[in-house]
Amino acid sequence: MSGMGRDVLVIAEHLQGKLADISFEMAAKARELAAASGGRTLAVVLGHGARALAEQLNVDAVYYVDHPVLAQFAPDPYNRVLADLVREKQPGVVLVGNTSMGMDVAPALAAALGWPLLAYCRDVRWEGDAVVGTSQLYGGKVMAEAAASGAGAVVTVLAGSAPADAGRGAPGSVEDVAAAGLDGVRTRFKALIEPEAADVDITKEAVLVSIGRGIQSQDNLEMAAELADALGGALSASRPIIDNGWLPKSRQVGKSGQTVKPKLYLAAGISGAPEHLEGMRDAELIVAINTDPKAPIFGVAHYGVVGDLFDILPVLTEKVREAAG
Amino acid sequence: MNIVVTVKQVPDLVEDLEIDQSGKALDRDWLKFKINEFDEHALEEALLLKEAHGGTVTVLAVDTGEVDETLYTALAKGADRAVKIVGDFAAGVTSHQAAALFAAALKEMDYDLVLTGVQAVDDLDGQVGPLLAAALRVPHVSVVTGVDVDGRVATVRKEYAGGVMAEIEVDLPAVLGIQAAKQPPRYAPVSRVRQVMRTARIEEVEPSAAADAGVEVRRLFKPEGGRQAEIIEGSPEEVADRLVALFREKGILKG
Ligand SMILES: Cc1cc2nc3c(=O)[nH]c(=O)nc-3n(C[C@H](O)[C@H](O)[C@H](O)COP(=O)(O)OP(=O)(O)OC[C@H]3O[C@@H](n4cnc5c(N)ncnc54)[C@H](O)[C@@H]3O)c2cc1C
Ligand SMILES: Nc1ncnc2c1ncn2[C@@H]1O[C@H](COP(=O)(O)O)[C@@H](O)[C@H]1O
Repeated sequence: MSGMGRDVLVIAEHLQGKLADISFEMAAKARELAAASGGRTLAVVLGHGARALAEQLNVDAVYYVDHPVLAQFAPDPYNRVLADLVREKQPGVVLVGNTSMGMDVAPALAAALGWPLLAYCRDVRWEGDAVVGTSQLYGGKVMAEAAASGAGAVVTVLAGSAPADAGRGAPGSVEDVAAAGLDGVRTRFKALIEPEAADVDITKEAVLVSIGRGIQSQDNLEMAAELADALGGALSASRPIIDNGWLPKSRQVGKSGQTVKPKLYLAAGISGAPEHLEGMRDAELIVAINTDPKAPIFGVAHYGVVGDLFDILPVLTEKVREAAG
Repeated sequence: MNIVVTVKQVPDLVEDLEIDQSGKALDRDWLKFKINEFDEHALEEALLLKEAHGGTVTVLAVDTGEVDETLYTALAKGADRAVKIVGDFAAGVTSHQAAALFAAALKEMDYDLVLTGVQAVDDLDGQVGPLLAAALRVPHVSVVTGVDVDGRVATVRKEYAGGVMAEIEVDLPAVLGIQAAKQPPRYAPVSRVRQVMRTARIEEVEPSAAADAGVEVRRLFKPEGGRQAEIIEGSPEEVADRLVALFREKGILKG
């Protein structure tokens, strides 16, 4: 093998009959990369009766693999089909979303092919024969620039790394590829479980007071709830608060929770890990309160307070109540 | 049922992280380490499975320094064995090395399930579990928030966005990347940890394994560009006044 392939392959993902936004974003990213390498943009969609999804990606060619076992994602069958396809098509770069499915697919593909993996990439580009990615490490506190070389590289791409709209459109062609090697798969999809009905739909609230691990204990939630109340909004939270059982899952903001766009998102005691930012970075006004001046949340907030939430929240609640009369 | 849980020491992210002279790694002298939080969930899930089905829980770590306390704490919580992979690992190991070392160590062990954390907060790559599964030729599922076992099959819940989950059946043995246990991780009282430190033993193994990731880190740097928050200074009262004025200006507070 001499050097990397020049084509860029996007592994599209879909759930409940819809392609994920990140698939379009990756198609846009692939166009950028292929323009630089002079290669083609390719995508692959696996599914069952889902060929219409393949028609939506703005790339040169989409490979569509149809099989009942591929109707819903399960790691083993998907990994098998994708590894075979990548071996055959020999792209230089495979783009995978940094999503729940991507976290299964990308490293498995890298392992099956013996290719390097650049994970958590905000940006990716060619430099000569190498693929260079800019990744987020340490909960977003440090960035890394890393280069992969070899026959090809697998890259996981963070949400929001390219404009989705540039990736929407009819592909040059859709090619059906037969699924093979699906006997005796060792992971099998059983069911989708929808979230339980929520008391409050945080995606519909104009004001969210959002709390993170900095709140320290369940008893302290009351303090934040009072501020939310005074502002006529609702309480939401980062993942650890939900994992601790202090608030229902429906209040979680982020990658595995809800994506919110309120008029005001007030984050108190939230560090701003990439998985959290994914769910709130487009809020109209973001205010963050954190004792750590280097917390990544200050990188997306419009206004920041470097201080103790226990000092600020009660006073703020008082003043908001006064102002509201 | 025999369950192995991998545990990793990672820098406490609340501390300052300084980049060292090489520009390619963090300055380890100043770092405070703690157990990767998702590994704590993996251990909790393993202990819950042991309580339900019997068997053993073994915690497995690479000796990158300062892992003993984490291993003793795991024993104090109810793990049966603690195994440390020793060697020249003071500077840390890559995901490929860790996976190769675990695969070599596991060849000598009896396991039905290997639980790793979904990802480590230092590298955020979540590669070790899938690489390990590939080396062991067993299936893997990532982003798992609950495991049930019936005979030679596990049923796991895998989390997607928006609170949607998939139920997936996995043949054992398997490697699973745990995001969250069915309940918050239990706490081991310090007195119990001390007692375990006096009585229990950490086993040491020294498998040989080499691996190359094919990735070269060129440089580390602090996030730059993007939006930088305008910092509001002053006493809590002054800060609150500014915020109220801001909320008024943006129409969030009327009047
Ligand atoms: C696959 C996957 C999906 C995930 N999905 C999500 C998701 O949907 N949503 C989500 O939020 N996370 C998610 N996470 C977890 C994410 O990586 C972080 O672990 C999490 O967001 C951290 O939450 P936190 O900011 O509350 O806690 P920490 O990171 O521990 O931050 C606590 C912050 O509080 C500050 N603080 C402490 N005391 C005070 C005080 N008195 N006053 C003010 N500030 C204080 C600290 O300085 C620190 O910055 C996911 C992770 C994975 C691997
Ligand atoms: N050096 C290591 N020592 C012990 N466990 C590790 C190590 N590296 C990774 N792991 C395990 O693999 C999981 C995923 O880590 P990673 O793939 O590095 O993001 C961690 O949560 C640990 O359970």
